[in-house]
Amino acid sequence: MADRNVGVSSLLALTRARLLEFAREPELVFWSFVFPILLAAGLAIAFREKPPATVRVGVLASLTTGDTSAAATQRALARDDGLVPVPFADTASAQAALRGGTIAMLVVPAATGVEYRWDPNRDDARSARLLVDRALQRAAGRQDAIAVREVTASPRGSRYIDFFLPGLIGLNLMGGGMWGLGFGIVTARKNKLLKRFAATPMPRWAYLASYLCSRLVFTVLEVGVVLGFGIAVLGVPVRGSWLQLVLLCLIGSMAFNALGLLVASRARTIEGASGLMNLVQVPMWVLSGVFFASTNFPQALQPAIAALPLTALNDALRATMLQGTSVGGVLPQVGILAAWTVGAFGVALRMFRWQ
Amino acid sequence: MGSPALQLRGLRKAYGTTVAVDGLDLEVRSGECFGLLGPNGAGKTTTIEICEGLTVPDAGDVQVLGRTWARDATWLRQRLGIQLQETQLPEKLTARETVRLFGAFYAGARDVDETLALVALGEKADARVGGLSGGQRQRLALACALVGDPALVFLDEPTTGLDPQSRRQLWELVERLKAAGRTIVLTTHYMEEAERLCDRVAIVDRGRVIAIGTPRELVASLAAEQVVTASVRGVGDDAAAREKWLDTVRALPAVRAARLLASEESGAVTVEVQATSTAAVLPSLLAAVERGGLALASLTTHVPTLEDVFMARTGRALRDG
Repeated sequence: MADRNVGVSSLLALTRARLLEFAREPELVFWSFVFPILLAAGLAIAFREKPPATVRVGVLASLTTGDTSAAATQRALARDDGLVPVPFADTASAQAALRGGTIAMLVVPAATGVEYRWDPNRDDARSARLLVDRALQRAAGRQDAIAVREVTASPRGSRYIDFFLPGLIGLNLMGGGMWGLGFGIVTARKNKLLKRFAATPMPRWAYLASYLCSRLVFTVLEVGVVLGFGIAVLGVPVRGSWLQLVLLCLIGSMAFNALGLLVASRARTIEGASGLMNLVQVPMWVLSGVFFASTNFPQALQPAIAALPLTALNDALRATMLQGTSVGGVLPQVGILAAWTVGAFGVALRMFRWQ
Repeated sequence: MGSPALQLRGLRKAYGTTVAVDGLDLEVRSGECFGLLGPNGAGKTTTIEICEGLTVPDAGDVQVLGRTWARDATWLRQRLGIQLQETQLPEKLTARETVRLFGAFYAGARDVDETLALVALGEKADARVGGLSGGQRQRLALACALVGDPALVFLDEPTTGLDPQSRRQLWELVERLKAAGRTIVLTTHYMEEAERLCDRVAIVDRGRVIAIGTPRELVASLAAEQVVTASVRGVGDDAAAREKWLDTVRALPAVRAARLLASEESGAVTVEVQATSTAAVLPSLLAAVERGGLALASLTTHVPTLEDVFMARTGRALRDG
């Protein structure tokens, strides 16, 4: 056979082998593609468009005042769309319902006026108290002092699911990037396959590059699945540039590939690598604003949190998708991700052990 | 004869305080099948991994195909075929995919199916590695070593852990490679493997070569026609009595060497005797037993092997480690 470029043929053959191995690993396919869809579907159910919430309010048919007063109270409450009156015949069952949370508050009609029984520590009780009072006072003839015009709307981009979806993409990029590289490399080292490859003329850069190539393919698929579902089913907006979004995903993926390589550069066992992976990933799950905004943490921690790669990625993804921020606006985050990529690759390649 | 395929001079390698290779010299000729025979931990694997460019020696000269690892690593890797101990190939790939992967690393790779046929895995080409038997996996590892059409093949313990049938199958493959004129260096701790496959053998112990030559030369160096093993009862349990019995045996005619073995029976003393003539040694041995008022528990004889050479040089059995 004629001479050929061993670097290119090695890279292609290794990438092909990685993709074949992956496709034949049913668990990996599930966790990479099916699981994110299930998660997103679960969220779609949890965050579906619901009619405005109603509040259940107990009304006690008092023995002293008779049923007429209780009936009038119920009618007054029922006129408010947000309130559902629930009649109770005795105090014990009404108190039990209040304690159990099936009613937000209890109204006890008295000889003069009315008595409200509620728990000020419960948020729904506070709003129920305001709604009930307004309904009863109006029924009794109170006039509003000023005219109010109400405008209500739930704009796309401000719902929780809009906040969460970019975080989910960031989380996927972190998990896929780190595990995808780390697991494969540590397994190959444990099986002495790395050593065997090192004994061939395979250029060593081709081995690591094959991981980046296969990760690129998976990243496109993994992000595509979650993003597509988010846009098509959940109506999450993408206000910024698509190209910018794609490039952010790529550089984020690179940063986490580099961290995965760093974690895998010396570990001899899957268990050892798993511990390190969790050590790196779990703090970012909490701190980097995946499920809730990272601004909830104390001010003193903010600079450190902002420097984490997942925070940078999530912030940049959110800005691009939800605010339509241009490239200039996400440059600080891109800088942080690039620094992590270069730094982690640099250290990892220096530390890397083939046997 | 051309330049040697492999030349090692004063090779030394230590891991911490453990000296694995301790001043080892070796020369492998082009076209021969050369065996490194020795117990586990003798330094065979360290030596072969230094030759393969996987381990850097602390001291010594290594020339492979007339080149050095320091200067010509890429050139050398293209021309060596290597099988390591304990490599687990990816389970999810098929045999053909595995050989194709390794073939992609070589500028002058052989045809994949031809290579699989060479190691008698043609029928298993589309089977996943995870479904192959131990012997088939070992043959696949051999295919990965051969797919680059190497000038020099290193096989590290190629038959360790295989059942006798798989071992014989692998031996046939190595013999075919020999017949095709390839230079092969293999390590083994099975003397019958070294005797059958190797043109020349170096016996390695504690990081040094303690004997080198053709298997026949090495066995002939014992100058023993037969090895006689005799267990005798009634010698007594104390060390002095055993030594006295051993001296008696050593003084018998036609005895070249004799030593005590760990006895399998309590109350019996076992002596192994390397004899220049069985016909001469047996009657005198039996007479000595009778003279001493002892009883013969068992008596066996065998043609000397490399195992006996190792014992004669080290006082230990190969398999004792």
